[in-house]
Formats: sequence, C-alpha cells, structure tokens
Amino acid sequence: MSFLTIEHLEKSFGTNRVVQNFNLTIEKGEFVSLLGPSGCGKTTVLRMVAGFETPSTGRIVIGGKDVVNLRPNQRNIGMVFQAYALFPNLTVADNIGFGLKVAGRPRAERTARVAEMLKLIGLPDLGDRFPFQLSGGQQQRVALARALAPSPQVLLLDEPLSALDAKVRVSLRNEIRAIQKKLGITTIFVTHDQEEALSMSDRVVVMHGGRAEQVGTPFEVYNRPATKFVANFVGMLNTLEADVIDPATGRVRIGGTETSLRRALPAGRVTLAARPEMIALGVQPGRDTILEGKITSVDFLGSVIRIRARVDGSELAFDTFNSTDAPPPAPGSDVRLSLLASDLLLLQDP
Amino acid sequence: MILWPAPGNPGRPIPGGTSLRTNVPKLLSLWAGLLPFLLFCLLFLILPTFKIVTGAFQAPDGTFTLDNIRMMNSGNIPSAFWVSIKISFVSALLGGVAGFAVSAALAFGAVPKALRGAATTFSGVAANFAGVPLAFAFIATLGPVGLVNVMLRSNNMATLQQMGFSIYGFWGLTMAYVFFQLPLMILMILPALDGLKREWREAAAILGASGAQYWRMIALPILTPALLGTFALLFANAFGAVATAMALTGANLNIVPILLFAQIRGDVLGNPHLGYALAFGMIVVTAVANTLYIWLRVRSERWLK
Amino acid sequence: MNLWVRITGWLAFVLAAGYMLVPLFGMTEFSLKARRGVYSLDAYARVIGDTEFQATFGYSVTLALATIVLGVLIVVPTAFWVRLKMPWARPFVEFLTLLPLVIPAIVLVFGYIRLYNTSSFLPLTGSAAGTNLLLALGYTVLALPYMYRAIDTGLRTIDVPTLTEAAQSLGAGWVTILWRIVLPNVMVAVLSGAFLTFAIVIGEYTLAALLDRPAFGPYLQRIGTNKPYEPFALSVISFAITWACMGLIQLATRLSKHTKAQR
Repeated sequence: MSFLTIEHLEKSFGTNRVVQNFNLTIEKGEFVSLLGPSGCGKTTVLRMVAGFETPSTGRIVIGGKDVVNLRPNQRNIGMVFQAYALFPNLTVADNIGFGLKVAGRPRAERTARVAEMLKLIGLPDLGDRFPFQLSGGQQQRVALARALAPSPQVLLLDEPLSALDAKVRVSLRNEIRAIQKKLGITTIFVTHDQEEALSMSDRVVVMHGGRAEQVGTPFEVYNRPATKFVANFVGMLNTLEADVIDPATGRVRIGGTETSLRRALPAGRVTLAARPEMIALGVQPGRDTILEGKITSVDFLGSVIRIRARVDGSELAFDTFNSTDAPPPAPGSDVRLSLLASDLLLLQDP
Repeated sequence: MILWPAPGNPGRPIPGGTSLRTNVPKLLSLWAGLLPFLLFCLLFLILPTFKIVTGAFQAPDGTFTLDNIRMMNSGNIPSAFWVSIKISFVSALLGGVAGFAVSAALAFGAVPKALRGAATTFSGVAANFAGVPLAFAFIATLGPVGLVNVMLRSNNMATLQQMGFSIYGFWGLTMAYVFFQLPLMILMILPALDGLKREWREAAAILGASGAQYWRMIALPILTPALLGTFALLFANAFGAVATAMALTGANLNIVPILLFAQIRGDVLGNPHLGYALAFGMIVVTAVANTLYIWLRVRSERWLK
Repeated sequence: MNLWVRITGWLAFVLAAGYMLVPLFGMTEFSLKARRGVYSLDAYARVIGDTEFQATFGYSVTLALATIVLGVLIVVPTAFWVRLKMPWARPFVEFLTLLPLVIPAIVLVFGYIRLYNTSSFLPLTGSAAGTNLLLALGYTVLALPYMYRAIDTGLRTIDVPTLTEAAQSLGAGWVTILWRIVLPNVMVAVLSGAFLTFAIVIGEYTLAALLDRPAFGPYLQRIGTNKPYEPFALSVISFAITWACMGLIQLATRLSKHTKAQR
C-alpha cells in the first residue's frame, strides 16, 4: 500500500490544461523528483499537493486520506520555497518554531525542537540571527528546518536550490538528501535541473506538457528513456540516422558502416541515439561498431576534453579524460570512433 | 544619519587621497556643490523655523523669557491644541483604516485588477484636492441646503442638523479631512502591501497558520514601520491644514491653525510673541509625533539592516 | 480566495468610493443650480466672466510656473551632485527635503513674515515684487518633498557617473552636462514633479493669504463668503485642474515608457 497516491489529477486555467491525467504513487520515505522544463506543470502538481491550487478533477490521497478538500494549513505538509520565503521579522529560531507555535505547542517543547532542528541543519549557533544576516545557503537550510520542525507527513521542495550559486547548490543537495534519508520523510522535489533530479532521487518523474512522460529510477530514465522527449531532456544525446536492413535482428546501416542492435526494430529509416560516454576515440576492444569521421572542435574543460566529430552528416559529441601523455586530436583530423551497437537507443514518439 | 564618510570604509574611498590634509579641501568642494540648495533650505526652511523657536522665548524687548510659553496655558489656547490634536488623530485614524482596507482589497485581488489603476490615479487627485474647494464640496453635500438634506427633506425625514450633526463642527471638519487622508493612505501603503511576498502567506499556511495568525504574526509586524510612518504623515497633514478649516468652519471651531492665522492677521491675542509660542507649539506637536514615529519604527525594524 | 474576504474587499472599496464620489457629485450638482428649477452653467459663465477671477487665476498660474522653474533649478543640480559625488550625504539631504511635510505651512509663513519684514537684512515683504518672490520661494519649499523625490527617482534609472564621465571626456562643462545630458534624461520625472507642483500651488491659500497676494486661493475663499453658487463652480474647476495635472503626469510616464521601449 503506497503512502501518497495521486490519481487522474487534472488542472486547467481557463482553456489551458496545465496538468493532464497525472498519476503517481509514492512509498513512505521515498524521494521522488518531478523533472521538466518550465511550464511543464510540475510546480502546479506540487502546489495541488500543498493545497495552494484546487485540482479540476482527480484525487490526492496521503496516508489513506483524501486531502483535496483540505486547506493547506490542515494538511500537515512541509514545504520549502524557491526564494527562501523566511519570515523577515522573525529570528531563525522563531522561524523554525513557527509551525509549532501556531499549533499551540508549549514553549519548552518548541525550544527543544528548534535546538534539535538547528543541530540537524548544522547551524546550532545561529538561532538569534535574523534572516537578512544569513547567506542564501544558510537561509535555505533554515527554511528546510522550518518545514521539518512540525514533523510533517510529506515534504515538498519547490526548486529550493535554483536561487543559490553553483558550489552551494551541490553541497546543499547532498545535505538535503542526507537529512531526508535520516528522517525517512516522504519527499517530492520539483526541479528543472536533471543533474539534481538524477543525483538525489529514488525515482524521477519526467514531465512534459502537463503529462508524466516517464516514471522510473534515475538509472532507468537515463538509460532507457521511454520517449524522445525524455531522451533529449535527460542528459546529453547524439542522434544518428540509420536505415534498417533487417527489422527482426536489428541490422542497420549507419553511413558506411553496418552493425546489429540485436533486437527487433521497425522497418525503414530510424533515429538512433548515443550518450557521449558510449562513444570512444579510436578502435577499442569489445566495441563492435566503428564509425569514421572528422574532428570539428576540441574543448578542453579540465579533467575531461569534449570532442565533436562529424560522422555521416550528423555531429557527435563525446568526452575523453585528460591525460598528460595523450594530447587530444587536432580539429580537422580524421578519426575513427567505436561504440557498442546494443547501447544505441531507439528514439520514437510515444 | 551619515553626514561624513565613515573613516576607513574602503567601499567609499574619497577621491584625491586619504590623508586628512587633502580631505578637508576635497570635502569643502564637495559641500560647495550643495551650496545653492543648502542656502535655500537655510533661508526659507531653517531660519524661519528658528525665528519662531527663538521668538517663543523672547519678550517684546528681546530678552529671554518663559512668559509666552506660560501664557499658552490660558484662554482658549489649551482647548485649541486639544481639539486640533483630536481632529488630526481621528481623521488620520479613520482615513488610515479605510485607506488600508481599500488598499488591501486592491493589493490582494478582492476587486478586479482593472479598478486598481483607476483607484490610484483618483487617489493622486483626491489627496491633492484639499483647501477651500474641498470645504465647498462638503458644504454642497452635507451642508444645511446640501445634497443629503435636500434628499432627506423631500422624503419628509429629519435633516442632518435636526439629528444634531453640523458640517461646521468637529465631525464635519473631520469628515472633510478624511477626504484627503483616505487617498493619501492608499498612495502610501499600497506599495508596502505589494511588498508582502505571496510565499510568506503560503509558508505560514502550510505550517498550519490560519489567515488571522498570518496577519498577526507576520504581515502586520512587517507592515508596522510603513503603517506608523504613514500615520505620522497623515497626522501632520491634518494638524497643519488651514484652508479647509477656514472655509468650512470659519471661526466656529477653535483649532490651533485658525487661531494662529487670526493672530498673524490681526494680533488677536494682544501679544505678538504669544503667536510665536503658538507656532512653536505646533512644531512641538508635529515633532513629538514624528519622534514617536521614528522611535517606534526603530523598535519595529530590528530585523532590517 | 474565500468568499468572505472577497465580500469584505468589495464592501470596503464601494464604501470608500462612495465617500469620495458623493461630495464631488454634490459639489457639481450644486454648482449647476444657479438658475431656479433647471440645471444651468450660469454660475460658470459668471465666474469665468469675472475679471477678478481672470486676474487671480492668471497670477496663480504665473506663480506656479515660477515655482516650477525655481524648483527645477534648485533640485536637479542638487540631486545630481548627491548621486554623483556624495551618495553618503543622501540621508541628510533627504531629511531636509522632507521637513516641509512636518513643519506646517502656516508656521513657515509666519517665520517669513517676521524674518523678511521691512526692517530685516532681506526686506522681501517691503515691495510687491519681493513678496511675489518670497511667495514663489515658499511654494518651492512646499513642493520640495515631491519635486526631490520625483527627480531622485528619475536619476536612479540612469547611470549618472558613467554619463557624466562620458560627457566630461568629450569636453562638456557642468552646465552643459546638466542642461544637455541630465535634464533630458530625467524629463519625465521633472514633468511629474512640475504637474504636482502646479496642482499644489494653483489653489494654495495659507501662504498667499498671509503674504496678502492676489492669488486664486484667497479669491476662492472670499467668493465663498459672499456668493451663493459661484464658489461651487470654482471648486469644480479646481478639481478639474488637479485632475488634469494628474492625468498629464500619467501621460508623461506612459510616453516615456513608449520611447524607452523603442530604444
């Protein structure tokens, strides 16, 4: 029995259907990300779970109870907002204790819980500060503590990292995940950043045009994208046009090379895709497909070098590790690239 | 208040060197750029006020005395101050509360967005529509032969006067003042209400707070400095108003500005220096109101830089 | 939003609108009743035909224009200088500009009368021309908070130091910079301040009456005590002028947005 169930959720603003037939079940303690570009409906789903928007149709069940007709303050949910949203007139401690205070908990209990929360977020000495005296990362940690202090049954995170700078973002996302695991709290995380979604989540929901395109573990979503959109949106992708010679065995011709995907393919012309890390420079043992091309650009990025090569009319990008004794090839030179045909993804519309 | 660059503040270097010797001429030339403005303020703002203050403590022969201040406690002067303060306070309070309600309705979308532009433009006009014409607007409406009485009479109902209301008295003047206090409140407080972030309200709600708890614990404390400042401004605005009162009540109502006006015109108090004391008293009242405001504001703004 | 909030909001709005609109309606209706039994514009015709109206109104318009010029001359260079050279002095300058909101006008004019009488170091009230100047300067003080705020806000939208350095590198002097660079860039702000000043000055009573100048405000007051319908017509005219000034401020702001969008 799942802990949080969303069934046939729909939301329209006028004639604009921003969420369409959205279904999702979440287990207790699970961390699920809603990933998608802006305007895909992910924030609207989150706001319906929180109670800030009323669904046009559908059910949201938390812990066996339909919450659709409950007001936000009756749902026992914690939420962290994108722009911190700390109360500027309250100290850090009062911010964290706010939920307990409005619930009428005694002062001693509040003080203890606030101290516990401050310790949890690693800011035990900052209780007397006002929000304006904190950095962005600190403010967002306080916002997390404030959301968790009343022990909510679900935690909602609405792009909590997007207002922070890159370094803080990475360290805070690890911290959020660690705290979430420690407390075992069921969490829905909204983001447009696939790296965040992939690195933090138990499962990812990729959304597009108000629908869930795919629901799966980060590994599944990345390696076995269900739709063209998912393949393109999650991770970087090189596309290759191929002619299918034998649909039953998956034999195809890519440019001047023939190879076999060893699975059934539709007949005719198909679009195949390869992640950058599937492609290697030069002929490598164990790789069954060799492509010939010409280097178009070489970008030195530090530990990795991103190389682009033109193969049969399409451009392929791939990375090699930096190495002091193997300088990267020069742009314009001819190269051979190798890959494993069974890794190739078939892109098709749903 | 910063009148001088903070010493050793690297963010604001003084051009031309850091030693004191080079700074003094540099600073003088900086202040020289403000000379016309400072001279203007000195001659037409500071000195006239100063003249009032010193005059209040001088006898006709120029010697120091406290007699003028002492004489303020005689005749109808204390009651004039009391009535003035009451009118200013009540009109600021009524206008403030009503203006706040309207601003809240505009800011939080209780009324359609289209009304907002119209309401702010109208407020701009009405807040500046004071003085004599305003008095006539109220006489035409609530006066003995005004709109309301004509309607009451044609329906064989008791007139406002028979009900004990006089447009020329305390409540008449207060109502006229509310006419410019209300839109002024809207102009001043609407931007502050817009500054309340939607996320604060939502964060409070999701943490379990009711609407009333959100207003009491979050929104009102955040608005307090703006509310206090606007109230002080409304109070001063009504306290110094002359023309509306003159045109509406004439000598009917004993308030400070009218008393001072009559004194300047014709020395009705029989002692020119008592006029100084009266004007000095007005400065003291507005200064106290504003000091109170600044003090309360500092207290309520601990959480700001 | 729940229904109760919506109803309360509407109620507040409608009541306030009524409070503001009924007196304006009453004033207008009354001004049309000069002829017994029918509505007419007789009161307006009589007012506009009155030579004293023409004289006082003309006087106040002239004074308003003089006030605007004085205000611009004093405020623009000051606000510019503070933004450019001494931003740390802004709180002090702002404090000075806000004082007129705190010191009642009647107190100020009392100070003027005692300070600038015929036996003082600057006997402005000794002659009509001097008193006119004093009145214009007094109005400049009354308009100072609005004028300074409008122009300072206008200056905030342009990069004053860069513009100044660019102009200086091309050989411009201070007057050229102010006149050719700063003023055109804050023209909308100046216009906003100017119209507001106009609205304040045109019907002002206290200063004009106590300095005994033949302005529109005192005329209005005098008419009010001895004519039945004309003062109401005059009040409607005053309201229309205030409204026109605010409309012009909006227009100026809108036009500036338009030209900025084209850039």
